[in-house]
Amino acid sequence: MLEIKGLTAEIDGKQILKGIDLTIPQGEVHAVMGPNGAGKSTLSYVLSGREGYEVTGGTATFFGQDILAMEPEERAAAGIFLAFQYPVELPGVGNANFLRTALNSVRRARGEGELDAVQFLKQARAAVKKLAMSEDMLKRNVNVGFSGGEKKRNEILQMTMLQPKLALLDETDSGLDIDALRIVAEGVNASRGPNFSALVITHYQRLLDYIVPDHVHVLADGRIIRSGGPELAKELEADGYAGIIGEAAEAA
Amino acid sequence: MPAVAETLETVSAVTGSTYKWGFETDLEMDLAPKGLNEDTIRLISDRKGEPEWLLAWRLKAFAIWQKMEEPHWAKPGYPVIDYQDIHYYAAPKKKGSGPKSLDEVDPELLRTYEKLGIPLKEQAILAGVEQGDEERLPMAVDAVFDSVSVATTFRSTLAKAGVIFCSISDAVREYPDLVREYLGSVVPAGDNFFAALNSAVFTDGSFVFIPKGVKCPMELSTYFRINAKNTGQFERTLIIAEDGASVSYLEGCTAPMRDENQLHAAVVELVAMDDAKIKYSTVQNWYPGDSEGRGGIYNFVTKRGACRGARSRISWTQVETGSAITWKYPSCILIGDGSVGEFYSVAVTNNHQQADTGTKMIHIGRNTNSTIIAKTISAGHSDSTYRGLVRMMPKAQNARNFTQCDSLLIGDQCGAHTVPYIESRNPSAKIEHEATTSKIAEDQLFYCRSRGLSEEDAVGLIVNGFCKDVLKELPMEFAVEAQKLLAISLEGSVG
Ligand SMILES: Nc1ncnc2c1ncn2[C@@H]1O[C@H](COP(=O)(O)OP(=O)(O)O)[C@@H](O)[C@H]1O
Ligand SMILES: [Mg+2]
Repeated sequence: MLEIKGLTAEIDGKQILKGIDLTIPQGEVHAVMGPNGAGKSTLSYVLSGREGYEVTGGTATFFGQDILAMEPEERAAAGIFLAFQYPVELPGVGNANFLRTALNSVRRARGEGELDAVQFLKQARAAVKKLAMSEDMLKRNVNVGFSGGEKKRNEILQMTMLQPKLALLDETDSGLDIDALRIVAEGVNASRGPNFSALVITHYQRLLDYIVPDHVHVLADGRIIRSGGPELAKELEADGYAGIIGEAAEAA
Repeated sequence: MPAVAETLETVSAVTGSTYKWGFETDLEMDLAPKGLNEDTIRLISDRKGEPEWLLAWRLKAFAIWQKMEEPHWAKPGYPVIDYQDIHYYAAPKKKGSGPKSLDEVDPELLRTYEKLGIPLKEQAILAGVEQGDEERLPMAVDAVFDSVSVATTFRSTLAKAGVIFCSISDAVREYPDLVREYLGSVVPAGDNFFAALNSAVFTDGSFVFIPKGVKCPMELSTYFRINAKNTGQFERTLIIAEDGASVSYLEGCTAPMRDENQLHAAVVELVAMDDAKIKYSTVQNWYPGDSEGRGGIYNFVTKRGACRGARSRISWTQVETGSAITWKYPSCILIGDGSVGEFYSVAVTNNHQQADTGTKMIHIGRNTNSTIIAKTISAGHSDSTYRGLVRMMPKAQNARNFTQCDSLLIGDQCGAHTVPYIESRNPSAKIEHEATTSKIAEDQLFYCRSRGLSEEDAVGLIVNGFCKDVLKELPMEFAVEAQKLLAISLEGSVG
């Protein structure tokens, strides 16, 4: 499954990830929590292959495949999906068209047949309904003029359609009110199963009440400084990051 | 190697071979000797069996041209053109005078158009429509091959509706009074260097006449093909829409891949009377030259429409992906009160292509209205300029113009420039101008790729999004073609 060993990475010559070890077995949901600037988004970008994020050491394999050597689209085809912390706007590109192009690209790469417009729309409409989105969102341009909450739901819509084996959810909860949070969480929970795992990046414990993780990791200053069960999230909520980071520093 | 540099290198490797229309047709040709003089003009006029007045008109234009200087104000630079080293007439050899029906057209020519995807067989097209291929409405085509029109389809169907659609050579013979009345009435022979040249040596092109109150029952189109070596193509098109008439017309063009440059200097004139509508769309895909900038068409074109009638409307929509050099400013003269001029343009340049294109909107009548939407995409070592003039004349009370120019740069070796000229001599006139320049953002590319799109598909999608406001103005079927063409033109251009 996903196996990360001693992963170090830098941006513009500045080291951000300082040795990450993390294994996510098939079917499990892991949460990564940590203060701002800890390197959470960096980890998600490195795993999905963003240009400019240079891996300087370590390995990351997905079902035994070295993903660090793959192009972003190859990782998508292999089943990795990143829900962006800040989804990107594509002016003039219709959301449905984008979704269908994406879906057919990964289907092609996976050796599955492409969906025609009718089959696609049927699936897309069903997914939209589940996420309590208006069908209108399919007609609008990708993320253009979407509210924060709409953007996040749109990410989950894409996830639902693309059916990844591993979802990296980068602060999908931020900017969501409690109802939207519940809907998004349900969207993720609906995908849970033996063939789906997730890395849920969050700043707050709140999301983990809805998406209950199998494991929780604390990322600070480019390293995972503690791992535990769901109760670790509760502890963080009560004591804040400062305590844990202090402890880790003392232990080191 | 950073992806950008890497891809810029692959551009040069790929692009020469991406031009899919570069084949050559082997035919026996009737070729005028190289060179330009009065005899050349007499030969052209004679081959076409023209009346005396037209020969006189040509010779007068030639006299004007000889006194003119080749213009060099536009941005593109190019080597000196030797006007004596060009054939001014090239036509496939045939028996007797022009084909009377499609059955008489040389099968080799029919195959050429088939290969280009241009339907010329009416029966087959109609059969296709009957067999439930309903999305493809039949379209009438005038096929111009080098210097002559080789076929015009659906002429009789259109004639029943009162519409005249034929080659301009046929029109000169069959409707001399109409041609004489309108030819040169929008673009006079001495308008500019290339228009004068065209007036002297024009060979073929299309003629469209839509009588009063008639809505043309099908899309009309002309397909221009340059095939012969060392020839110039000088086409002339004239479209007239009488009161309340309307027509949608589309032109397409391709040429074989050759190392020498070839000259294409066209003149298009449109006339719209009261309440008439003319929609003129172009998908320009002349051979752009190879990745080193060798060969390609010099596309120096004068296109102008006169909105003579009240509330008349002329819309130019163009997708320009081809040619080594393009100079082209489809314009509207808004004479009739309340008349409307529109210009929607996508210009794509890659490798060493140069484009200097835009429009002129001349507001003469009251309450005249014009809209300009120009999208420029530059990649490789190419250079693209939007050049536009908006002029409000003293009587253009309450005239309006809105201009939006957006440039998209791909890579860092290309250039984009916006040169707006604004002249207002009426204080009640309003002119709005907006311009943006951007690059394809790294985050947009990554977003698409993280969803499984290849880099090229991602660029195609983003570019098509950028051009959407223009593409939606094209007739449906061509919008799809144009989208594919944009993707092909930019193949391998992004990192
Ligand atoms: N393009 C960049 N250049 C330099 N530093 C960056 C860049 N992007 C992010 N960083 C830095 O990397 C660190 C980690 O950022 P990030 O992964 O976004 O953290 P998180 O998601 O945990 O808040 C921060 O200190 C941030 O300032
Ligand atoms: Mg972050």
